[in-house]
Amino acid sequence: MPAAEASLTSEGAVARKGSRRHPVLADQRRTGLLFVTPALVLFVVFSVVPVVYAFYLAFTDYRVLTPPRWIGLENFVAMAHDPVFWVAMRNTTYYAIGYVPGAMVLGLIAAVLLNGRIRGVTAYRTAFYIPVVTSIIVASIIWLWIYNPQVGLLNWALSLIGVQGPAWLYSTTWAMPAVIIMSVWKNLGYVMIIYLAALQGIPAHLYEAASVDGASGKDSFFKITLPLLKPATFFIFVISCISSFQVFGAVYVMTKGGPVNSTTTLVYEIYIISFQALKMGYGAAESVALFAAIFILSMVNFRLLGQDTEYI
Amino acid sequence: MLAAGSIVRQMALRPARLALHLALIVCSLLMAGPFLWMVSTSLKPNDQIFAFPPEWIPRVWMWVDYANAMQAAPFALYFRNTGIYAGGVLVFQLTLCSMAGYAFARLPFPGRQAIFVAILATMMVPSQMLLIPLFVLLKHVPLAGGNDLLGAGGNGWLDSFAGLIVPQAVTAFGIFLMRQFFQTLPAELGDAARIDGASEAQIFWRIMLPLTKPALATLGIITFQAAWNDFLWPLVVTDTEATRTLQLGLQVFQDLNSTDWALLMAATTVTSLPIVVVFLVGQRYLVRGIALTGLKG
Repeated sequence: MPAAEASLTSEGAVARKGSRRHPVLADQRRTGLLFVTPALVLFVVFSVVPVVYAFYLAFTDYRVLTPPRWIGLENFVAMAHDPVFWVAMRNTTYYAIGYVPGAMVLGLIAAVLLNGRIRGVTAYRTAFYIPVVTSIIVASIIWLWIYNPQVGLLNWALSLIGVQGPAWLYSTTWAMPAVIIMSVWKNLGYVMIIYLAALQGIPAHLYEAASVDGASGKDSFFKITLPLLKPATFFIFVISCISSFQVFGAVYVMTKGGPVNSTTTLVYEIYIISFQALKMGYGAAESVALFAAIFILSMVNFRLLGQDTEYI
Repeated sequence: MLAAGSIVRQMALRPARLALHLALIVCSLLMAGPFLWMVSTSLKPNDQIFAFPPEWIPRVWMWVDYANAMQAAPFALYFRNTGIYAGGVLVFQLTLCSMAGYAFARLPFPGRQAIFVAILATMMVPSQMLLIPLFVLLKHVPLAGGNDLLGAGGNGWLDSFAGLIVPQAVTAFGIFLMRQFFQTLPAELGDAARIDGASEAQIFWRIMLPLTKPALATLGIITFQAAWNDFLWPLVVTDTEATRTLQLGLQVFQDLNSTDWALLMAATTVTSLPIVVVFLVGQRYLVRGIALTGLKG
């Protein structure tokens, strides 16, 4: 059994010269390829091919019943002049601007409050996290009821403090804020969990040293906690921005894009164009725009914010 | 001395602690409130539902709303369909992602790194972009759903469980998660078996896989939850009651019964119950998975 101890483990042996004929390595290579092949085939068929095909369809006129017809850039030209597309872009941006800071700030506060040794901390954390595990359809239906202008829970709560609540989902002004509030409620538990994991990685002696030096709780938070949470903050920010551009279920259930397109988001518009109007070529062009928007946004985030973040 | 000092300190802290707990209870109620309201509404008689100011405790407990809701739409069928969909995706993902994850972590083969990076790169593509091409692809699966050899003439895999499940059978996230877990296992674990002449496949199956039960639980819960709650994909693929999933059925039910809030809330409660139970039972795995990969809820 030559070299049995030294080179049996794969990582050590792979660099060795002449190792190709080693029976263990040959078996590892064969088994590795065998294990990867099913996943790889599925990836090629159901991810790679569809991405390429989506780009192709974006340059065609395709309405399901007849084969796609190449029309060059026509879809993109039409898109540039399509008011609904730009409304959808604007609404999606509006949603992101409301949702991302809302979920991040509230999720951070929840994480800081629930980081310490508090009696019943698990119960509190569960209460904050339950909305994350329920489906967007369930959450949207519940909030549809809460937002009811006449007898809804929210307007009743507002009436307690003497505020006459708006018509929420029936108002062009308030429908989008309503969608945003629901989304913040639904997802802040996720932000909290990521921040909790990050908070647990901050060594306690930093706070002890700071308090010996006479730092207040506020000082510690802004000078120790927040800077050390930067990688987590960056990660959550990128993920939240991306998910903001993919909002669909809440709009589909609560507003159907209305009133008067005030909540039509990009993915909702893509769905309507592709699967209700059956203009799949144009829908593909819009989904290329979605991809481009997310891609550019992520790149900008990495350039501007990710420079001194080492681990992501 | 020391004990006395700490008691004094605890006493001093007590008001602050109390305030914290009070704040946390209020916040928790705000977070859980919508669910409590859902259950409350589902159990109230019709005239009480529209009471203003709202009343939380039903005057008469209308358990019959649940039976009525389950009869108003084929929810038993939706449950079965969702079980097939989520269960199918679960079995595929656990099998394929753990195999691929193990290969990427421990089995050197030509092009390993490049293939892994390429798979991770697909995570950048928003899933919504794939809807149209996948719809076309499924419609033209040859010799299925009335299609001929060239994939024309019928509906292919649309409105079928194969169409629902197979495109979701493997994810970059699942492979990544399993690879991360396998990398935490010492590489020498298989050596004794190797000396005894065990093949790499046997080492994976008999030694490595049993050690990754926590990882499989994590991936299983995340996958099951995602499939159970999925909406857009079944919305595009399914067409008839035969394959309609729970979330979709609930949404259709909501469209049809938008004024009968008791019925609607009963259906909503029943739909969310299983996933909440799965979460409560498996939450430690879920939290660990999120902490380990820092990804996706």
